[in-house]
Amino acid sequence: MEHTSLLERILRGVALTLVVIFFMFPIVWIFMMSFQTNETILRIPPQLVFKPTLANYTALITGKLTTAAGTLDIAFMRNLWNSVFLSVTSVAVALLLGVPAAYAFARHKFRGSEDIAFTLLSFRFAPALLVLLPLTLYFQKLGLANTYIGLIWVYQLICLPLILWIVRGYFEDIPADIEYAYRIAGHSWFATFRKIALPLAGPGIAAAGLLAFIFAWNNFVFALVLASADKQPVTVGALAFITSSGIQYGQISAAIVLSITPTLALALYAQRYLVEGLSLGAVKG
Amino acid sequence: MASLELRNVVKRYKSQTVLDNLSLTVADGETLVLFGPSGAGKTVLLRLVAGVIDPDEGKIFIGGEDMTDLDAEFRGVGMAFQNFALFPHMTAFDNIATPLEANRSSQSAIKAGVQSVAELLKIGHVLSHKPRALSNGQKQRTALARALVGSPPVLLLDDPLRNVDAKLRFEMRLELPRLLADRGATVVYVTQDYKEAMALGDRIAVMSQGVIKQLGTPEQIYREPANIEIARLFGDPTINLLDVKPSRDAKGIYVGLSNVQVHLTGAYDAMVGRDCVIGLRPEALSFVDESTPSAIPVTVEAETPLNEKIVTLVRTVRGREILVSRPAGTPGQSEGRAHIAVDGKSALLFDRASGDRIGSKNVVNLRSGEAA
Repeated sequence: MEHTSLLERILRGVALTLVVIFFMFPIVWIFMMSFQTNETILRIPPQLVFKPTLANYTALITGKLTTAAGTLDIAFMRNLWNSVFLSVTSVAVALLLGVPAAYAFARHKFRGSEDIAFTLLSFRFAPALLVLLPLTLYFQKLGLANTYIGLIWVYQLICLPLILWIVRGYFEDIPADIEYAYRIAGHSWFATFRKIALPLAGPGIAAAGLLAFIFAWNNFVFALVLASADKQPVTVGALAFITSSGIQYGQISAAIVLSITPTLALALYAQRYLVEGLSLGAVKG
Repeated sequence: MASLELRNVVKRYKSQTVLDNLSLTVADGETLVLFGPSGAGKTVLLRLVAGVIDPDEGKIFIGGEDMTDLDAEFRGVGMAFQNFALFPHMTAFDNIATPLEANRSSQSAIKAGVQSVAELLKIGHVLSHKPRALSNGQKQRTALARALVGSPPVLLLDDPLRNVDAKLRFEMRLELPRLLADRGATVVYVTQDYKEAMALGDRIAVMSQGVIKQLGTPEQIYREPANIEIARLFGDPTINLLDVKPSRDAKGIYVGLSNVQVHLTGAYDAMVGRDCVIGLRPEALSFVDESTPSAIPVTVEAETPLNEKIVTLVRTVRGREILVSRPAGTPGQSEGRAHIAVDGKSALLFDRASGDRIGSKNVVNLRSGEAA
């Protein structure tokens, strides 16, 4: 770095700035829109200077959407809660099921293990809409339609394969000798799993969990078809902002800001653990 | 304490047979060295004994008890891995303590146990470090401490000195025999270093391609190797191997080395006229005066002083190269023409086709004064 010329440094700075602007612009713009009324948002040309208003946020939090056509009830806070509950529970269930399964697939080559693992992965291949029609029929028969349990179950199609395959890779990266050493020291396989494999795959499990959370949070079609108003997450709930009297850009922006906040906060928090990484200093290759 | 026995053990991976009907007994308190090139099946054998992999056929007994179907945690063996296999997320103390935690020792007993073995291995000052912060030597000692701490009756050491530097390896080679003897444990020690094998083993099992080629004391392996391969593996500089064809005259069986007839004693009658290889240890050769009977004329090609010994490369009149080793400070020839004589006691005769050594117990004598 010390040997770069001034020109190089300037060019690098410019390039970095462009990249940051390119990626950050939509978020910054949405953030700004969330403090404006529909009139200021739709002004042409758009203006950077405006009188900020908290009306959008107030409307969302109180659940009273005031439009030109009158006052409308929206369940945004309810939707937000649904999103949090569905995503957290789905990821928790997927971790509970997926991590031990990933360990089994990584460490024990049993008959058909590859086939089962691949079948689970193939859930990700199928177009969601293709799966949805039969699923809806089944769910209506089983009484699972429009229930949290049904949704969490379907969300496993998103979370489980992801966690299974990512975590499996991390388990496979742990040298088998380390686990053998713990077994030989006199510990059961379960103790080895808990005390050796889990901590060493920890960053991988955190990464997979975070990714699964984001996928679950962003899911739209499953919830659109299988959930009605009181079980809908924000992704579906946002449709309510397209009203008969126009699209409420201000509220949509505020809703987006509120709904990306949890994932953003989680990602920032987990980043430390993800970056910390896994350094197996005890094993020489 | 416990003896160890493997009975007709077979281990296959896919179509490859890694251990082929192998039987082996290690007496209580004995240190057996498994020696052989990589891929010989040494590590697989250790893992079978440890119980982390299962044999396809055969039985494994520890202390007379059939352990074949028992999981690793119930076998009560200690093992040190070649790659150390320390737990990276635990301190050295916690690493060493794992065997003691498994048998539910009290906190104070664990502390005392770890402390004493750490003192023994001189790593008391780094117990609070994670493996990442340890030097290679300290890692190796930590791994060894973890294997020793529970005083297991059977110790399996998988080339523990492989990944440490030469100085430390030399130190440990001196320390280990006493350490192992003090423990009184039955030890199986894997190595690819013949010096380590000679220094540590009560007996050495030379393995190759899944079978034990020779089993004996270090002395036996060195003096009476079963075949050319083993003769070549033990000894530095390596043994001189020369193609010969034994002949017979009135005085007995002889081989021709540079037009000098060297008579052999031993049961070599069957080998007359057949292609053989004679093995001469470099230290069994010495420089002599021209007048010495059976002296072989040579020219000196190069001389390499190696601190405690001097190795000389000489060429016979027929162009064959021979290494001669002598202790430093003893007279020799460093250039030009010279003569060498053979100390017949260690000359070995092998069948060239099979590589096997001919005769089992015979000592080869070179009769002097019979040069043609």
